[in-house]
Amino acid sequence: MSAATRAASAAISGDRLCPRDEADVAETVRWAASEGRTLDVAGRRSKAALGRAIQTDFTLELAALTGVTLYEPEELVLSARAGTPVAEIEALVAGANQMMAFEPMDFGPLLGQPPGEGTLGGLLACNLAGPRRPSAGAARDHALGIRAVSGRGEAFKAGGRVVKNVTGYDLPRGLAGSHGTFAAFTEITIKVLPRPETVETLLILGLDDDAAASAMSAAVGSYYDVSGAAHLPADVVSRLPAVAGAGRSVTALRLEGVQPSILHRRGKLEALLRARGELAFLDADASRAFWRALRDVEPFAAPLVSPLVSLRAGEVGAGSAAGEAIAASPSPVPLPGGEGEVAAIWRVSVAPMAGARIGAAVRAVGGRCFYDWSGGLVWIEMPGIEPHAPLIRPAVSATGGGHATLIRAGAPVRAAQEVFQPLDAVTGALVKRMKSGFDPAGVLSPGRMYAGM
Amino acid sequence: MSGLVMPAPKADVLARRSEIVAALREIVPGEGVIDTETEMRPFESDGVTAYRQLPLVVVLPSTTQQVSQVLAYANANAIPVVPRGAGTSLSGGALPLADGILLGMGKFNRILDIDFENRTVIAQPGVTNLGITTAVADHGFYYAPDPSSQIACTIGGNVGENSGGVHCLKYGLTTNNVLGVEMVLITGEIIRLGGKHLDSGGLDLLGLIVGSEGLLGVVTEVTVRILKKPETARAVLLGFPSSEAAGACVAAIIAAGIIPGGMEMMDRMMVHAAEAFLGAGYPLDVEALLIVELDGPEAEVNHLIERVAEIGNGLGCMTLRASTSEAERVAFWAGRKAAFPAVGRISPDYLCMDGTIPRKALPLVLSRMEAMSVKYGLRCGNVFHAGDGNLHPLICYDANKPGELDKAEAFGADILLLCVEVGGVLTGEHGVGVEKRDLMPSMFNEVDLAHQQRLKCAFDPEALLNPGKVFPVLHRCAELGRMHVSAGQLPFPDIPRF
Repeated sequence: MSAATRAASAAISGDRLCPRDEADVAETVRWAASEGRTLDVAGRRSKAALGRAIQTDFTLELAALTGVTLYEPEELVLSARAGTPVAEIEALVAGANQMMAFEPMDFGPLLGQPPGEGTLGGLLACNLAGPRRPSAGAARDHALGIRAVSGRGEAFKAGGRVVKNVTGYDLPRGLAGSHGTFAAFTEITIKVLPRPETVETLLILGLDDDAAASAMSAAVGSYYDVSGAAHLPADVVSRLPAVAGAGRSVTALRLEGVQPSILHRRGKLEALLRARGELAFLDADASRAFWRALRDVEPFAAPLVSPLVSLRAGEVGAGSAAGEAIAASPSPVPLPGGEGEVAAIWRVSVAPMAGARIGAAVRAVGGRCFYDWSGGLVWIEMPGIEPHAPLIRPAVSATGGGHATLIRAGAPVRAAQEVFQPLDAVTGALVKRMKSGFDPAGVLSPGRMYAGM
Repeated sequence: MSGLVMPAPKADVLARRSEIVAALREIVPGEGVIDTETEMRPFESDGVTAYRQLPLVVVLPSTTQQVSQVLAYANANAIPVVPRGAGTSLSGGALPLADGILLGMGKFNRILDIDFENRTVIAQPGVTNLGITTAVADHGFYYAPDPSSQIACTIGGNVGENSGGVHCLKYGLTTNNVLGVEMVLITGEIIRLGGKHLDSGGLDLLGLIVGSEGLLGVVTEVTVRILKKPETARAVLLGFPSSEAAGACVAAIIAAGIIPGGMEMMDRMMVHAAEAFLGAGYPLDVEALLIVELDGPEAEVNHLIERVAEIGNGLGCMTLRASTSEAERVAFWAGRKAAFPAVGRISPDYLCMDGTIPRKALPLVLSRMEAMSVKYGLRCGNVFHAGDGNLHPLICYDANKPGELDKAEAFGADILLLCVEVGGVLTGEHGVGVEKRDLMPSMFNEVDLAHQQRLKCAFDPEALLNPGKVFPVLHRCAELGRMHVSAGQLPFPDIPRF
């Protein structure tokens, strides 16, 4: 332990454990298991407000497990310790004209946090994705290998460093979206891919939600490799600067690749879609700004509320006042405007053509929404403090299947409804058995996803 | 069968055979239960014909309800169950057990739903891989993963094995293309995971099921995504004087930001075998031949073909031919696709291995394999999914020569251990099955394997689903469930704490 860390630790309250390496993580979890203590698994706490609100004895912060341990651009592979900031990885691979093709969203703006604070571990634990999800996949599709510590305090690995691998169960994928409840990732290997040379966006103006779904389906189902298809109703367009001037709804279709290909495809798409509405374009810069803002759900962003995330080992410049705030309210992160005044945010995934039905249901009660993933991903902003699960989840079921997750809400609203899509009885029992195999003492983020698990 | 050891058959199950057959006939009436030796013979092995075993009984259900009842009965009576699709496994994944029910899913052969607007197909597990593409081809769509057995292998088997094909680098494996399943647990309980939507919003159980080799449940329905067939596809043949030069070309193409639809490499022996087999027009003076296929919008393909040609020329390729017609593109592939039968013509038997390596290790791996070939006195040719590092060495042997199969298996094991040594894995797309089971400890330690088996325990605590596959040692779940902690030991003096 460095002197600086020791000094920092003395300055703040006693609920944060900051292991330096995988062996420390294993030892900490073993200790917690033997002492009957609980740990909230976190990276830099940028997504602490996601999931059910829980109280644990300690936060297990993996922010000190940093560093890219392997990057071979010609092999399209990168490994880094779980606490490495995503922003650092994105900058590194951009230097070799590569990217994380799944375009992981940054939850910072939506949760009232600064941008760029998420870690690689959090990215996989929350199975992040972006507008390229339908064609390029989510974090789950790009995770090649993991090292992790289960609730047994044992370090284990799964997967490998090659793209094609079916040796043993696919735990890198199976643990994607587990929100730290089965294991704490310590190192992750991902696939990286070349960045497209350039990008343009074709816009169709003034479509209603159903017409937009149909237009997006036609575009994505064409030969012309559309790598993003989103629809912003008029009441959301004004909140996204890149298209705010449109004054009516905007349906956006992204074309990426080499310039000759984009020219060709743009011409073909124009011919395909001209009859559906007035067309407009975003050039490369405007396109990048648009899709990034859309990815990060900026139309529904919360005001910046808290310097919490700067509270890391050796970086306590934010002062002890914020530290005391954590001690008083370990989670959720407080939201702006006081509890109850903040609009609730829901994230819904359904079949692409069914998204508009969800939109109609929420608009009928004063909500707003916009669509990504060709209509299948619906981001919803709901006013008021009553639980909206009884409205939204039946609407999702009525489409034939999908899931609805409460992403942001004041604590009482979060506590009043299930945050994650509830599991049926058989699947729920199965997941509980899996949890008790990985974490028999219930050490790791108990209750974060489901009550009693 | 060579040295393969399977779990000892349970004497009480064998003794109760006629009672078990009768009970299964109650569940699946008529011809759905097969118990004569002659009629069971076709089920005694899968694609790995070196391993054979007659099952206790073959059951061919045709409804999810029947599958549920069969599994519930097997669970209640502690009878092992081996699921089987078309029996094309190249790892012995569908090898029967003497005391086990072989659950053939061939009657689940219907496509239930085609949805072009949402770009999905719902199929029963016994539908062939190619059958899905055929069903949507008239609208210009296809199902992307294309294992070479696609004419016969089933989508249910693809889910079990997480099957790949030659287009994985660009379009992913089965797991990246499956959206949902209905499956039956060993208890007979039926669950649904996923659907026409993306992701689960939480735990990715679907990701765990794909590639689980029939050890976690029996899939009775699969939802896949379909893609629009690329507008154009063109291929380039590039011949090189060394595998190093060909490997450098592959790396340079990727470094240039190009992800080809397919990128295959064949070594000299395979080029000659394929040429002798069907006269594909391959150059015979090269040490390594690359087939690079670009697909997508026409303008893009033409642009990228030129760039690939420039890269190849810059790296000293001896032959360079770009296809100018669909017929020519198909001809370029014909030799590669006939690689296995071509070897079958020059050798009475062969073993097909399936390791994956970091691409940069290819020259080292090829030269070490040449040395092994000399050591074992067996020829070995190589086809290589160069884009994703998946290597398929074909080891030639003669099963009629005493000891040659054992030698070939030892050679194959040495190759796979070499793959792991250079940072790769035991299997890229064929699965562990029984073939690579005993090599698992070369990649995973006891703790790694115990964590995998604990998942198995959550699904199938009595280890009745496909026992003897994937895991070299079957630990009892009770033993795996114990937690070894010494209470009161503390408190990690070295952990920085706030």
